[in-house]
Amino acid sequence: MKTIKFFTIALTAGIITVSCSSDDDNSTPPPVINEEEVITTVIVELLGGVGQEITLRSVDDDGPDGPNPPVITMEGDDFDPNEVYLADITFLNETEDPAEDITEEVEEEDDEHQVFFTVSDGLNITTEYDNFDGNDNPLGTQFTLNTGEVSTGNFTITLRHEPTKPNTGLADAGGETDIEVTFPIEILE
Amino acid sequence: MKFFIILCAIMCSSICIAQDCTYTVTGYVIDLHNQEALTDATLSIEELGNTIKTNTKGKYTFDNLCNGATYTIRVSHPSCNTQTINVTIDGNIERTINMEHHLEELGEVSITGEARKNGGKTAIESQVSNEAIQANSAGSLGDALNQLSGVSSLNTGNTVVKPIIQGLHSSRVVLITEGTRLQDQEWGVEHAPNVDLNNAGSISVIKGAAGLQYGGDAVGGTIIVTPKRIPISDSLYGETLLTGVSNGRGGSITSTLTKSYNSGWYASVQGTLKRFGDFEAPDYILSNTGADERDAAIRIGVNKYSYGVEASYSIYNNKLGILRASHVGSAADLANAINNDIPLVIEDFTYDINPPRQEVKHQIARLNAYKRFNDIGKFSFQYDFQQNNRLEFDIRRDSDDVRPAIDLELRTHSATLDFEYTADNTIDAKAGIIGRSQTNFPDPATGIRRLIPDYDRFDFGAYVLASKTIEPWTIEAGVRYDYNFIDAQKFYRTSFWEARGYDVLFPELVVEDLGTQILTNPEFTFHNVSATAGVNYDFNDFYSLTANYALSNRAPNPSELFSDGLHQSAARIELGDIRFDRETSNKVSVALSRKHKNWSFTVAPFANFISDFILIEPTGSQQSLRGNFPVWEYRQTDARLLGIDIDNQFSVSEHFSINNQLSIVKGQDTTLDLPLINIPPVNTTNRVTYSNEKWHNLKVSVESYYAFRQNEFPDTNFEVFLVLEDETQLIDVSTPPDAYHLINLRGQLDFAVSNTSTLQVALAVNNLFDTSYRNYLNRQRFFADDLGRNVSLQLKINY
Repeated sequence: MKTIKFFTIALTAGIITVSCSSDDDNSTPPPVINEEEVITTVIVELLGGVGQEITLRSVDDDGPDGPNPPVITMEGDDFDPNEVYLADITFLNETEDPAEDITEEVEEEDDEHQVFFTVSDGLNITTEYDNFDGNDNPLGTQFTLNTGEVSTGNFTITLRHEPTKPNTGLADAGGETDIEVTFPIEILE
Repeated sequence: MKFFIILCAIMCSSICIAQDCTYTVTGYVIDLHNQEALTDATLSIEELGNTIKTNTKGKYTFDNLCNGATYTIRVSHPSCNTQTINVTIDGNIERTINMEHHLEELGEVSITGEARKNGGKTAIESQVSNEAIQANSAGSLGDALNQLSGVSSLNTGNTVVKPIIQGLHSSRVVLITEGTRLQDQEWGVEHAPNVDLNNAGSISVIKGAAGLQYGGDAVGGTIIVTPKRIPISDSLYGETLLTGVSNGRGGSITSTLTKSYNSGWYASVQGTLKRFGDFEAPDYILSNTGADERDAAIRIGVNKYSYGVEASYSIYNNKLGILRASHVGSAADLANAINNDIPLVIEDFTYDINPPRQEVKHQIARLNAYKRFNDIGKFSFQYDFQQNNRLEFDIRRDSDDVRPAIDLELRTHSATLDFEYTADNTIDAKAGIIGRSQTNFPDPATGIRRLIPDYDRFDFGAYVLASKTIEPWTIEAGVRYDYNFIDAQKFYRTSFWEARGYDVLFPELVVEDLGTQILTNPEFTFHNVSATAGVNYDFNDFYSLTANYALSNRAPNPSELFSDGLHQSAARIELGDIRFDRETSNKVSVALSRKHKNWSFTVAPFANFISDFILIEPTGSQQSLRGNFPVWEYRQTDARLLGIDIDNQFSVSEHFSINNQLSIVKGQDTTLDLPLINIPPVNTTNRVTYSNEKWHNLKVSVESYYAFRQNEFPDTNFEVFLVLEDETQLIDVSTPPDAYHLINLRGQLDFAVSNTSTLQVALAVNNLFDTSYRNYLNRQRFFADDLGRNVSLQLKINY
C-alpha cells in the first residue's frame, strides 16, 4: 500500500506543479517591439545646376509586411531636360521616435551595401556614383543624375545588402534587396 | 511469484481421475517487463518428452494431454531464465507464462519477439529497424524514419528533416519520446524534431490517429521513440558508434554506458557529438550548411516486475546552417534565384556556421513510476518538464548586430497517469489522464516583431482504449476527450487589424492601442473528442487483415492563428486567421499482411477525409519599399488523402533476400477540386541483401530509391515586376522537379575483439553515381541541388 501512497503523492504533486506553473498572470503585458530593421521611408533630394530643388519620397508606414502600399510623393520643381542634378538618398525608420537614420548605418558598412539605379526604356536619364567604399567600389547614397531630352518613364532605386562587389550592375550583384522603389519621372520642357 | 503460487494452487486443487487424453494447454509466453510476446521460446513437457516452440505471436499449444494428469512444463528462451511450471489438466487450460529477462552475453541481447504494438492492436504501425537507426547515426530522426513505407520528409536542406506520415506533417504528427509528447515548436515547417536519434532503442510510427493514448490530434500519425531496454542482471556494458562521412567532411560519435544489477537497479548515460562542415551537391559546395550537434542523456531507476521508478534528463543542442543562397530579400530576388541553375552564393568549404542559422536547445527532465497489481494491471505515473529554446539568426542589415531574429522559449509541464489492464491476456485495455501547462515566451530583445506571441496554454485529456481477442478475431475501440485553452497576448499592426476587419469583429480583444500597433488578448477554448475502432482477423498462421477507423480533431496551431507578417526565409508574407476552427479527420486504414520466412508482405491502403483542413497558399502580392512580396494566406478547406503503402520481403535463398517498398499518396482539396501542395510523389525502394552469418556476419546490400515526379500539384505561380527586365514575369514556384533515381550501397562485418566485445565495421555509399537531383519536398529546391555522393565509414564496438 506504500506504493499507492506514493502514487497519490506523486499525482498530487504533479497536479500542483502543472496548475501552479500556469498561473503566471497577465498583469504585466509584454513590451511592444518597434521593428528596428525596417526602412519605412526613402527620400531622394536633388539639386539642379541653377538651384532647382526636387524631393522624391516613398513612405511605407506599416513596414514591408503591413497591408498598406508605400505612398510616393514628389515635391518641388520639375525635371528639366539636359540638366545635371546632385542627389542625396536618405533611408529612415520612422516607426521609431525620433526616426532612425539608416543612411548612417549603410554608409558605415559601405562595403556591404550598394545602391543601384535602373532607368526604364524611353526615359532619358543617366547616373554616376558620387561616393565609394574603402575599396573604391561604388556605394551610391550620393549620385549625379543627368537628364537628356524630354521623356517619361520609371526610375528605380535598389539598395542591395551584401552584394558581390565589384559588379557590373544589378544582374550580377546578388545579395538581398533591402529597398526597391520606383518613381515615375517626367522630364518636361 | 505470489501470482504463480496462487495460480498453481488453484490448478492443483482440482483433481480429476479419468484418463481422457484430448485436452490442450495453450497460452502465451510473455516478457514480464514489457509484456511483449516472445517468439521461439522452447517449451517441453518433461513427462512426455515433446518439445514445441512459440509462434510469432508468442503463442504455444500442447495437444493430447490427459485429464487429471500433472505435467511439468519447462520453458526456455535465449534471452530469459529458464523456468519450470506444473500444470494439472482439468479441461482445456489457458496459461500465460511470464518470463524473466536476463542478459545472455554482454552486448548480445537478442530479442526476437514481435514487438508489441504501441498504438493498440488494430493500429497500422511500422517499426524502424535497429539497423536503420544505426545506419543513420550521423543523420537525423527524419532520415531513419524515411526508411519506412508511407513516411517521407519535408526537408530544409539536408539537416532539417521533418517527417511526413501519409502526406501530413508538422502539427499533424505527434512525437512521443520516453512517454513525453515533444513540445518543440513543431508547427514550423523548417523545425526538425529535437530528438537525438542515437538515444532511441526503437522507433515506431502509427499511421493515423489510432494512438489515442498519445493525443487526439495526430491527424497524420504518431512517432514513438522508446529508449534502449536495460536487462535485469549484474553487468556493465557499453556501445560506441563512430561514423565518418565524406560529404560534409565530418562525422559523429555516440556512446552509451549502462550499469545494471540483478536487483533491478540500473543507470545509463549516453552522449552524442556531431560535426559537419558545408555539404556538397555533385557540382558545387552548398555554402553555410554545416551542423554542430551535442546531446546527452542520463537515466537512473529500478525495474522490478511489480514496480519501478525512473528519473531521466536529456539535453539536445543543435546548431544548423541554412543554405546562404536560400536567403532572399524580395520576390524579385526569389525570381532571380529560381532562374539561376546554380546557387547565387558559392564559397569555399568551411566548418563555420554563419547566419542564416538555427540554434536549438531542448531539455527534458522526467520522473516516471509504475506499480503492477497482478489481478488488475499496471498503473504508471509520469511528470515531465520540457524547455525548448529556439534561436533563428537571419542576415541583418547591420552585420555587427549578432542578435537572433527569432528567440522563443517554450516551457511545458506535463503529468500523466496511465492504467493498463493486464490480468487477462485476451483483453488489452488502457486508460489515462493527462494535464499539461505551457508558456511561450518570445524574447523582445530581438528588435523584430514576434513571429509567435506570448501565450499560456492549458491542456487536459482523458482516454480509454480496449481490445478483446477471440481467436481469430481481435476487436478494438477507444475514445479520448481533449480540452485546450490558449491565452495569448499578441501585438497586431493597426493597419492589418483593420484590413482584416478584426476591429469590427473583435473590438473586445483590444487591450491597448499604441498607435501603429495594437495589443490584443485573444483566448481560445477547444473541446475535442477523438475515437478509434478497429478489427483484426487472422486467417491462419500467415495471413491477417486489419482494419481501423480513427476520428481525430486538431486545434489550429499558433502559426495558423497568429501569422501576420514577413516570413524571411520564404520571402513571403504569411497571414493566419484567429477565426479558424479545429480540423477534423476521418481516416480508414486497412492492412493485409502475410508473415512467412520466405515471403512476407503488407499491403496497406488508407483514406483520410479532413474537414476544415488548414493549408497555406498564395493569394496575391503586396507592394512594399522592398519591392513586391507574394502573400500566402492560411485558409480552411475540405481535403481528401488517398494512398497505399506496400512492403514486400522475399527470402530468395539462405543468403539472399529482396525487400521492396512502394508508397503512393494522393491529396485533393475537395472544395476547390485541386491537388494539395507538398504531397510526396510516388516512390519505391528496392533492396537486395546478401548475408552470411558464418563469415563475420557479413551483410552487403544494394538499394535503389526511385522518386517519381509529382504530377499533381496546385498552380501557385505568381507574377512579379522585375525592374531589371522592365517587365512582369511569372515566377514558377509550383512545378515539381523531375524524377530521380539513387543507388545506395552498404556492407558490414563483425569481428570478435575479445570474449566480451565485438567490433562492427560498416561502409556505406549513398548516391553512388553522384546524381544531381532536386527533391520536391525540399524547401531549398529553388536554390540548389540536393546532396551528392556520400561515403561513410562506421565503427561500432560493444563492450
